[in-house]
Amino acid sequence: MSLPDAIVVGAGIVGAACARELSHSGLRVTVCESGVVGGGATAAGMGHLAVMDDSEAQFALTSYSQSLWRNLAAELPNDAEYLPCGSLWIAADEEEMAEVHRKDRYYKQRGIPVEVLDAKQLAEAEPNLRPGMAGGLIMHADGVCYPPCAAKFLLERSGAQLLQGRRVVAVDDGGVLFADGTELAAGTVVMATGAAITDLFPQLAVAPRKGHLLITDRYPGFVKHQIIELGYLKSAHSIASDSVAFNVQPRRTGQLLIGSSRQYGVTDGAVESAMLSRMLSRAVQYMPGLQHLSSIRAWTGFRAATPDKLPLIGRAPRLCNVLLATGHEGLGISTSLATARLIGDELLGRVSAIPREPYHPARAFC
Amino acid sequence: MLILIDGKPFDGPEDTTVAVALLMAGQTMFRRSISGEPRAPLCGMGICFECRVTIDGCAHVRSCQIPVREGMEIRTG
Amino acid sequence: MIVIVGAGPAGMAAARRARECGAEVTVVDDNPAPGGQIWRGEGRWLADGVRFVPSARVVSGDTAAKTLLLETERGAGELPYDRLILATGSRELFLPFPGWTLPGIFGVGGLQALAKSGLAVRRKRILVAGSGPLLLAGASYFRSKGAEVVLIAEQADAFSVARFGAQLLRHPAKVLRAAQLQVSLLGVPTKHGCWVEAAEGTDRVECIHLRQGSRAFTEPVDYAAIAWGLVPNTELATLLGCDSLAGAGGVDVSTVEGEIAGLIAAGREDLARELYPRRDKAIRFAKAIDETFALRPDLRHLPKPETIVCRCEDVTLERLQFCNSFRAAKLHTRCGMGPCQARICGAATRFLFGWQDDSIRPPALPARIGTLIGS
Repeated sequence: MSLPDAIVVGAGIVGAACARELSHSGLRVTVCESGVVGGGATAAGMGHLAVMDDSEAQFALTSYSQSLWRNLAAELPNDAEYLPCGSLWIAADEEEMAEVHRKDRYYKQRGIPVEVLDAKQLAEAEPNLRPGMAGGLIMHADGVCYPPCAAKFLLERSGAQLLQGRRVVAVDDGGVLFADGTELAAGTVVMATGAAITDLFPQLAVAPRKGHLLITDRYPGFVKHQIIELGYLKSAHSIASDSVAFNVQPRRTGQLLIGSSRQYGVTDGAVESAMLSRMLSRAVQYMPGLQHLSSIRAWTGFRAATPDKLPLIGRAPRLCNVLLATGHEGLGISTSLATARLIGDELLGRVSAIPREPYHPARAFC
Repeated sequence: MLILIDGKPFDGPEDTTVAVALLMAGQTMFRRSISGEPRAPLCGMGICFECRVTIDGCAHVRSCQIPVREGMEIRTG
Repeated sequence: MIVIVGAGPAGMAAARRARECGAEVTVVDDNPAPGGQIWRGEGRWLADGVRFVPSARVVSGDTAAKTLLLETERGAGELPYDRLILATGSRELFLPFPGWTLPGIFGVGGLQALAKSGLAVRRKRILVAGSGPLLLAGASYFRSKGAEVVLIAEQADAFSVARFGAQLLRHPAKVLRAAQLQVSLLGVPTKHGCWVEAAEGTDRVECIHLRQGSRAFTEPVDYAAIAWGLVPNTELATLLGCDSLAGAGGVDVSTVEGEIAGLIAAGREDLARELYPRRDKAIRFAKAIDETFALRPDLRHLPKPETIVCRCEDVTLERLQFCNSFRAAKLHTRCGMGPCQARICGAATRFLFGWQDDSIRPPALPARIGTLIGS
């Protein structure tokens, strides 16, 4: 077995995307995954392919990545369940409607296809929303996918060697050390391990942010767009308290994926009935019909969160050959392709389509 | 006991489950699987979910667990 | 308050013993009457003074707050407990084979349950196949209701079954029962070392293809009752954090384990200990059943690449062959992610591939979202 040029640690969506990017750039890649390909937060999350405007840097990364997803869409296999359903941000009152208009201006200035809906148009677009909503913003280019199969596809396309069931316990400029005591040397190591990055880099300001989700039986047509309440942004912003925000996604199967919740400082992955109840109550407030639907399963996952809500993409400080690709919070699926491209750019000295500085890991080392 | 099966009235047995009433009416298909296969009850005890039908507008109801009632509207497929 | 989930033999025995000790007892069951599967429709009663909550399924529980979340046809609610006994019984093991999804193919207990609820089987040609003592009990029942049982096909070989029959001599009550069964089945062909290879039909099952040794043959049928043993319903127990589970062992084991649980819950471990010898004997008998009716490896080759293994999500065998664990199968093919929550395909893939289903998440059974919101 010839030595790899690069080791990617983690075969979630970010690791798989990095493996494909580096492979296509001519490197021999080996991917190490302690669990299942496309497991971890990749399997737990919502598969939203979204553009967000929390900051210029977040907008740049999400919109760049979305264009890469669009280019890939035709190649995605059926089981990746790509669905260009659009996102619908909904406003409950005039204050949130002002935010809708702000977003509308922001995105239009940057060439993102969006459309404001008034109360009547919103009710027509999504009849199962409760009456009395103020309106919303449709982001036409947003979509959803089924991340575990998207990750599997990216990994297969990479042609990378997969070392499954191998857990990395140490990493340095020479390569990685596995839990079984064996080592693997390579010129470059890319860390795409999600929130577990702090096992190997305890000084990194990345924290697990627990989220709950629930999936229903098949109700095709009940929801047509990915729907998010504008209060979602307040939830994503909060850094201290547990929060829930209404988020529902139609799957191509006709099932509905309902979220979302955020908790800090919880490391136990058990489903908490109080949190689930709170999240579902919020959902039913927006879509009363949900309460009658049959739910098949609830689960949790841990997002990798950073204090400034931007991921860590680039060389790890004080190391030359180790790059980090983590800290994506709720945007891992959305920004995986752009993350991979930036990693490839930095490794190979290419100019990136967007500035790389805002995501540089140096800022997150204590 | 009179019930409606896919819009057609059926005078069936009382004191039984919807699943049995449907079978007695000669219904072979209760639901279509994802790939379009006709499906009908398998386990008879509410575990397999193959007997799901829509009852009075409510989808995905396990018919083997529901007592049949006068005037019920049942939709299969 | 002692809450018992399940009104089958184990739950009924637990309720009776706990009540005898003076405890307050509530029994919850998803059926409208007590008896579970094996005593369905027999008009059995719970002990005097036991509160019965029928047609309710347990969706989840909070072991810290000591409550269960129940869902009924129209509503939901919480049931508090001081001590909790889970007597959730078992379900049948279904194995995939070509045509197994055709309407008209039921489990053995499955068809029996439907017949006990009123499904007419008079003059229907019924094939009973698979494995285990349930085949004879089921066949006998169908015959008593006027069905034409065309064949009982037991995959265990004749020698193993005969040896088990000899062991029965140690249990006089069982000898009588066995004799009664044999009498009730006089004239019904029984083949051992015989199993279903495929089912055929357009909209419903029309015939079953079987094999016995080198001989393949076909039986036209109206219904087929096919099951390959029992799988304990341990999902709720696992969800609530139990790690040592009693398993499935038939009525004798269920009854004595139920009695022991009821006595312990009522604070009478001394009386429970007296039952241990009876339990040991029942467990030995249950083990003998398991050994006699152990599934032959040939059955792993029944499904073809295009045979559906996960019925909820229509995942075929050929797609599963690329997966190396149940978790991988779930994530990459959606096998086990449907409403039955892997109750059917989980047991099947365990037999086919040796996979373990490592995770249980709430709800224990699909539940309305309104139920999960609670009060």
